[in-house]
Amino acid sequence: MTITIFSARKIITMNPARSNTTHVAIRDGHVLGSGSLEELAGWGDYVLDETFKDKVIMPGLVEGHSHAMEGTLWKYTYVGFFDRMDPHGKVWSGVKAIGEVLARLKESEAKLSDPDAPLPAWSLDPIYFDNERVTRQDLDKVSETRPIGVMHASGHILNVNSKALELAGLLKTGIDHPGVPLGEDGLPTGELKGPDVMTPVGVHVGFDRDMLSCDEEGLIDFAKLCVRTGVTTATDLAARLPDDAVAMMSDVTGRDNYPARIVPLRFHHGVTPVDLIEHVLKLKELSSDRLRLGMIKVVVDGSIQGFSARIRWPGYYNGADNGLWYISPEQLREIINMSLEKGIHIHTHTNGDEATELVLDCMEEGLRQYPSLDHRFTLQHCQLADRAQFRRMAKLGMCVNLFANHHFYWGDEHYNLTVGPERALRMNACATALENAVPMAIHSDAPITPLGPLFTAWCAVNRLTASGRTQGESEKISVADALYAITLGAAYTLKLDGEIGSIETGKRADFAILEDDPESIAPEKLRDVKVWGTVQDGRIFSAADL
Amino acid sequence: MTQAQNIPVTIVGGYLGSGKTTLINNLLRHADGKKLAILVNEFGELPIDADLIEAEEGDVISLSGGCVCCSYGNDLTSAVMDVAQMQPTPDHIVLEASGVALPGAIASSLSLLNNCSLDGIVVLADAETVKSKSTDKYMSDTIMRQLTDADIVLLNKIDLVASEDLHATREWLNGCSNNASIIETKHSTAPIAVVLQDFERQSQPLDSGAPQHVDQFHTYKLDMEKSVDPKHFAEELIANTPGIVRAKGFVRDKSGDLKTVQIVGKRFAISESPDNVECGMVVITVQP
Ligand SMILES: [Zn+2]
Repeated sequence: MTITIFSARKIITMNPARSNTTHVAIRDGHVLGSGSLEELAGWGDYVLDETFKDKVIMPGLVEGHSHAMEGTLWKYTYVGFFDRMDPHGKVWSGVKAIGEVLARLKESEAKLSDPDAPLPAWSLDPIYFDNERVTRQDLDKVSETRPIGVMHASGHILNVNSKALELAGLLKTGIDHPGVPLGEDGLPTGELKGPDVMTPVGVHVGFDRDMLSCDEEGLIDFAKLCVRTGVTTATDLAARLPDDAVAMMSDVTGRDNYPARIVPLRFHHGVTPVDLIEHVLKLKELSSDRLRLGMIKVVVDGSIQGFSARIRWPGYYNGADNGLWYISPEQLREIINMSLEKGIHIHTHTNGDEATELVLDCMEEGLRQYPSLDHRFTLQHCQLADRAQFRRMAKLGMCVNLFANHHFYWGDEHYNLTVGPERALRMNACATALENAVPMAIHSDAPITPLGPLFTAWCAVNRLTASGRTQGESEKISVADALYAITLGAAYTLKLDGEIGSIETGKRADFAILEDDPESIAPEKLRDVKVWGTVQDGRIFSAADL
Repeated sequence: MTQAQNIPVTIVGGYLGSGKTTLINNLLRHADGKKLAILVNEFGELPIDADLIEAEEGDVISLSGGCVCCSYGNDLTSAVMDVAQMQPTPDHIVLEASGVALPGAIASSLSLLNNCSLDGIVVLADAETVKSKSTDKYMSDTIMRQLTDADIVLLNKIDLVASEDLHATREWLNGCSNNASIIETKHSTAPIAVVLQDFERQSQPLDSGAPQHVDQFHTYKLDMEKSVDPKHFAEELIANTPGIVRAKGFVRDKSGDLKTVQIVGKRFAISESPDNVECGMVVITVQP
């Protein structure tokens, strides 16, 4: 039972009793205490480890809404607009024009030896190219013989070449579908909008049918991204979690060198509420230290930029029809009631404010029947909630996990197109949440936007959009509040705040090891804080050595 | 690839509790050798009557008479693609849309799949609740979109409402789903030939398993000896046949080619006809 004491330039503990210290002592993967070396020496014989003496240590970061498939996607060619780091630490430069997209695809094309192998790519975002669309003719310049598919960053649109359309039997005239725009020749342009349209072609371009699934390699790579971004606990939100997937996840996360704690949530689709609850209760039993099972994610509506979110009057700014329900109120009510009764923890996906309202209504009813003092049901995304809804959340004991990154990537589009200027200002209302004492986390929804809680914190603090406008000055939060949201705030929404999220006696030895001090760096530079790696459960993971 | 090889898909929509599950069980009981593939949003509270089930494995249930039932969760397109590949090939796919799904949107997605073709959208409406549900704070527009998408509306559970209420509901339904034929049912007992296009058997009396309801349907045959413009013919037939529910058959066009004409509600489709068929149309109407 060796005691290790780490020294550091500074330790940010998130423990108000002693918020900054210089040393932390750990034993058996737990924190004995944090303070001065003298104080900690009182615990007995120790080994002083000075690896971090020039670094800043903060509690291991907690990502409360990510998908482990971010690890899997890196098998495909990255063509995003922004620089992004892959699991191996390589930073892929963002591509700034369609020509560059094609050039990068050509590079990947040249590496493929099988002439029929598909070429999948991801994270395209034409809004940054003045909305100039990629056509099948563009992609045909990369290859006319192998199928090519480029997924948009939002995950809602796929661009394919002629070969891919041909394989799917769609290179023909006479198609009448809102998700399949046609060119002047009457043939599809190669842009496919919406999952129902993307699936039949996606299978031919190498995109796995179940985009939420994550294989063994992907789960390993996901954890590498965690280390590189200071994350020690991350959710996988959500999956169907069949037995074989759970067995794989138990095996992988149980390995001695697996550096992250994964919290997978069971997706509500495909089973009745009764079977869902039964499955989740069984899953709970299979939990281990680094694989926390037994929570449910219920998807209530779609997405705002896909116009499938359910929003209240007066609806979408561009006049689009209201979005889609992915569950009926009856079933939602049944899942909520049974979960309250049996003490199961639910997170709900609601993007639009009408969907949020429905969850609040169901919670109000459910709690009357099954009073529950500490349910911590969490509204995920909850991007459009207004102040009245935050007041209700507070009264109902709900938590919120806001999509701060979204504001940066799509804030301009929301302002101009989806919800219009006024409501765009209130989106992801972090300050309102805190003002109303709604327990709050902020998230990346990786792979929709990159994993990286310090970047997410920067988004919430500065509320800049990609075009450089500050959108919603009144909803900015302080650096201290943002750092809380990415540690204890997120841990609270997972009911893990007693174990992780701060550095104090009895807690897990989960640390983010930083080169810079997020508390003293200029707030507008928060995103530039460099991550050395992590300590997870007392084990050291250097990003450079992964 | 000709139309004829495509597997017909009937979409069964309607809100929770409108009787979709009962309808599907009725179809299975009267499948009569037809291999139906049933796709449901979710298993549970058994979507299929226990005595019809032969084996259950993961997401697929094998049913008597070569029928199958699969659940699709959130990935409907993949499920239809999988089922269409099954051996033996199903004769007909029946897709039960979830209570909040928009059947019209599902139909347009199906139009992109190469081995399937839409047979029709059948939406069930609970005679007791549909009207009040259509003003629900959250579900109003969803219910209305479901009804507008329908080719056939089965106004179900009519035994549970008083006749004047039924009349009012029917009038209201006429106004909101003006593309659909409306058929009144109890216990979802519509004849299989009405729910699923079934040309071979349409000249036979319709068997719904509920004799008291057969009377409301009328089936007759048109000889179609003269050549016609198929599109014009279909439009005219729909416009001039009160209560038309379905029609299917073969006509000779002006250039002498045989075409298949299929009508469901106010929707029609014209395609190349298979070889060795005779001209003639079978029409089913419903008495209001
Ligand atoms: Zn997500």
